[in-house]
Amino acid sequence: MGSDGTSGADRPEGKHMHAVDPATLQVIGKPWRKVDARSRVTGQTRFADDLKLPRMLFCKLLRSTVAHARIVSVDTSAAEALPGVHAVLRGEELPNTFGILPVSQDEHTLCYDKVRFIGDPVVAIAAVDEDTAWDACRLVKVEYEKLDVVTDVFEAAKQEDNRIHDYGRGGNLHRQEHLEFGDMDAGFAESDLVREDVFFFEGNTHLPMEEHSTLAFRDPDGKVTVMSSTQTPHYLHKALSKVLVDHVPAHKIRVIACPNGGGFGGKSDPFNHEIAAAALSIKTGRPVKITLTREEVFQTHRGRHPVLMKSRIGVTKTGRIKALDFETHLDGGAYGSYGTASTFYTGALQTVTYPVENYHFRGARWFTNKAPCGPKRGHGTPQPRFGLEVQLDKIAVELGINPAVLRRQNLVDAHSLTANWMRIGSMGLGTCIDKVVEGSGFLERWGKQPYGKGIGIACSSYLSGAGLPIYWNAMPHSGVQLKLDRSGLVTVFCGSTDIGQGSNSILAYIVAEVFGLEPQDLRIVTSDTDLTPVDLGSYSSRVTVMTGNAALQAAERAREMIVGPVADKLEVPKGRLTFAGGRVFDCEDPERGMSFAEAVQIAEAKLGTLGTTGSYRPPRAAARFKGGGVGPSPSYSYTAAIVEVDVDPETGIYKVPKIWVAHDIGRALNPALVVGQVEGSVYMGLGEAMMEEMSYRGNRFGVHKIPSMLEYKTPTSMEMPEVVTWIVEDPDPNGPFGAKEAGQGPLLPIMPAVANAVYDAVGVRVDEVPVTPEKVFDAMQKKARGQEGRYGPNELPSIEWPEPRRVRTPWQGGTGVEVEREATEARS
Amino acid sequence: MLRLPRFTYHRPTSAAEAVKIAADHGPASQYVAGGTDLYPNMKRRVQTPTEVIALSGCADLVGVSGSAAEGITVGAMTTLTSLEKDPALQAAHPALVHAASVISTPLLRNMGTIGGNLLLDTRCNYYDQSHEWRESISFCMKCSGDTCWVAPSSPRCWAVQSSDTVPLLCAVGAEVSLIGPEGERRIPVADLYQDDGIAFTTKKPGELLTHLHLPAVDGTWRASYRKLRRRDTFDFPVLGIGAWLRFDGDVCTAAEIRIGGAGSYAIPATKTAELLIGEKLVAGDAAAEERITAAAQEAFKPTRAMDNTDHFASWRKKMAPVFVARALRDCLG
Repeated sequence: MGSDGTSGADRPEGKHMHAVDPATLQVIGKPWRKVDARSRVTGQTRFADDLKLPRMLFCKLLRSTVAHARIVSVDTSAAEALPGVHAVLRGEELPNTFGILPVSQDEHTLCYDKVRFIGDPVVAIAAVDEDTAWDACRLVKVEYEKLDVVTDVFEAAKQEDNRIHDYGRGGNLHRQEHLEFGDMDAGFAESDLVREDVFFFEGNTHLPMEEHSTLAFRDPDGKVTVMSSTQTPHYLHKALSKVLVDHVPAHKIRVIACPNGGGFGGKSDPFNHEIAAAALSIKTGRPVKITLTREEVFQTHRGRHPVLMKSRIGVTKTGRIKALDFETHLDGGAYGSYGTASTFYTGALQTVTYPVENYHFRGARWFTNKAPCGPKRGHGTPQPRFGLEVQLDKIAVELGINPAVLRRQNLVDAHSLTANWMRIGSMGLGTCIDKVVEGSGFLERWGKQPYGKGIGIACSSYLSGAGLPIYWNAMPHSGVQLKLDRSGLVTVFCGSTDIGQGSNSILAYIVAEVFGLEPQDLRIVTSDTDLTPVDLGSYSSRVTVMTGNAALQAAERAREMIVGPVADKLEVPKGRLTFAGGRVFDCEDPERGMSFAEAVQIAEAKLGTLGTTGSYRPPRAAARFKGGGVGPSPSYSYTAAIVEVDVDPETGIYKVPKIWVAHDIGRALNPALVVGQVEGSVYMGLGEAMMEEMSYRGNRFGVHKIPSMLEYKTPTSMEMPEVVTWIVEDPDPNGPFGAKEAGQGPLLPIMPAVANAVYDAVGVRVDEVPVTPEKVFDAMQKKARGQEGRYGPNELPSIEWPEPRRVRTPWQGGTGVEVEREATEARS
Repeated sequence: MLRLPRFTYHRPTSAAEAVKIAADHGPASQYVAGGTDLYPNMKRRVQTPTEVIALSGCADLVGVSGSAAEGITVGAMTTLTSLEKDPALQAAHPALVHAASVISTPLLRNMGTIGGNLLLDTRCNYYDQSHEWRESISFCMKCSGDTCWVAPSSPRCWAVQSSDTVPLLCAVGAEVSLIGPEGERRIPVADLYQDDGIAFTTKKPGELLTHLHLPAVDGTWRASYRKLRRRDTFDFPVLGIGAWLRFDGDVCTAAEIRIGGAGSYAIPATKTAELLIGEKLVAGDAAAEERITAAAQEAFKPTRAMDNTDHFASWRKKMAPVFVARALRDCLG
């Protein structure tokens, strides 16, 4: 029996890779059109804000205009009296808290005791139109007793008695993690070169084109439907069930995730506006819609945590990492959100690219009076990846080794364990490096170009889905149901949500491949908690691997159901039946066969109504220590990127003419979609590298400096360089047909590659993101004055750390648990 | 999205009719040209006219007339796209065409007009914000509040001149015509502005800017516009240099340099100009290059970059000499 009470054989872990002959694949590996492509490009996809219902009301939220205050009183009488207002919802009406993680249920639908950032919602109003709702919000009188504003991690540490929340590690410290793997002293002692660097990665936001929108309505029989632009309908359902427990039972709540106009992690939390709309629909008995303004999207945020970090690294002459000591401080904003996971993620994946023999990680997350941070594409891993990859560039320079060569000669082995017990599956980073190095001429160009011209390299890895669900349970992470109709139609039901990444298409490709059909012929029904089996959501790059395995299992089970009756009918051995071209036939005598629809009819006549299920749960992690739940994954993708820059030495302004990127996807289920994800990641990474920042004015009440699409700078098509992409295929045993993730990993190397390219161009280091022209200029001026040519932070908040949880590495003979527990386990 | 407040929309068919409507409604009214500046401001509730007088039906305000040698006149309602694509302007006034072409995006240039661009509201990231955002700072001096948050002890508003065409048109000595209840007048573009973030123009109440008059092209002068911004699409200037040099042979006989995006009006770089007049300035000549660099250094002092636009203010100020030098080099033969 496993520790979670399940036996190995019963674990619905999906199909592992079976022998797939790429030559016989009809759908997989081919650039089929997305199943929703025509609808999307012709403007017929209905996003949440496109939905209209008779008698629909419009909701607006009155949000806090102060960053930190106790609420003394809220007077809504004038708003209630305004003609056209149908309902006013106040915080105390919904006292139950919610939050995405069980350990941080710290949000109220509407604040009634305290507000924690500018934008925290206080009152929700439903009215006949948006203008009336907006006018009514202006009539609400809120009296605040202002508290000091905590604007960054240093202030959070200093203002210990000015607590934003009354839970956490004390003061404004939300989380503090301390892990040690191996023998750090020995590792540093064996190192030929030790260096310490401090880095800062500024926060940034997802900036989806579609602003969050929700439509909620109550049926005459008391059932409540919430249609929303969410990436995680299942978790939204859980939050609604908790907060609305006195109003509607869980089984009468239906959540439908609408097609998302971009998610990137920003629609992964359950949100105030979603719950408020549902509550107002119950209160008014009418449909209620809310669509956020762009400014409200900035306030809703849950984007990249600003991370201040220090890395002390010891390497041999060849660049092998003997010891890595990494400390991160996350500026979490006003609420917990995914922050606990984010904290662990700033430490989890430093080890999965280059072997780290001994590893020490300390991570702290702080509450501040700003919009809450959470998961953005790469969730918690781009920040430390930036630090590590820039630091390795500095080491390459010090050791006199080309940075591509340094990386190439220090790669983790495929199918191995890391110091912190991450289990590596297939590992194609070496090939990725070879592709981009050769394609860009890196070896001939690095360090050899005229002043102002630079080229930089960085690599990365990302998980294909988190190994554990967000709330502890032993159920599958993903479920798929298939219904086979007499017409030959196969309907695929799955709780996954297509946020533009193509997850509906992936379901269609996999099922179509098994049945020998064309993907467009299938019906895909997804993300509806009444109709579809649970899938945990579109986050952590889990959907292709997890829904894919579940779909494959369901389809193979259905195929198995069909094969018997058809073989009998055709009088052919089962093993000779082939599904292809919409037919089922004898592979040795293709004339002998029937259409797929006839095959379904024969099977249905024999077996009754045809339907199957498939489900998937990731393999058990090797990391069994406390805190080891974040980082393990069925597989890891790998990316190498090379960035070229032209820096204007007079101004620090730089352009990025070209980027080369190679991504190890395991197997591309659809190469066109993979390239799209890679290029999209490059684009988003370039925005983070060059310009994006969530800036606040700490000295002006904590306002967000620039909550608009005009002033929050992100690249336009003009800044987008030429991108050369290689797909590297090294099939992974845990992926459907060998597939790994593509949606997040390729973003990670872009930021450090830009910083490294700037160094190559003008010889200065910008040790923080974004690498803006003024920072490059400042570093160049310092260098010209004879100072260190560097722009970046120098210190971290100084805090006490608890004793680390010590875990022996695999090569020390560890077992994946804390040293103390190892002894206990050995005794028992 | 943000929504417009309620207003009455007037659609006169001539400039005279527009002026009359404005006179009838007084301060509650406002002209709208392309609407790319006014409507966003109305959505943010920083401008709230209840009577909006649309000029798009005024045929007498559209078009390009005259000749390069005598001076070209551009109607205020001529869109930036038309201006940018006009063959006569392309031939005679390439610097203006360039300045117009780097305003915002093609979509906004299709709507935006030269008159609207000349009268673009000053910008500030304490002011170009929603009503709710501004409530968080108790509003600012330019709209509904008392304090200029850029410089809280300052008695004035520091919103930033952000039109791309203004620094150039001030430098080249262009003129504008205005009509109002008291009749018509023609003034230098430079005199249309004053150094205040709130009262940034000298336009009188109800007055309508009707035409832009460009100087005659006689081969003795050259002009240039250089723009600093984050992205080469879309962004307002955070530094916009208009430069104009007149030559007698190789010798510079007159110079005018204006620094936009760095104060509440296009600031003259007087010292820079003085250092160039009387100097021999030939492209590629090392001595000329030195003179230009030295003169451009003098643009550092008058540049008043503050922390109310994109980019670090200190860097924007340091960039002024660089961009002034580049604009001046553009003007060499």
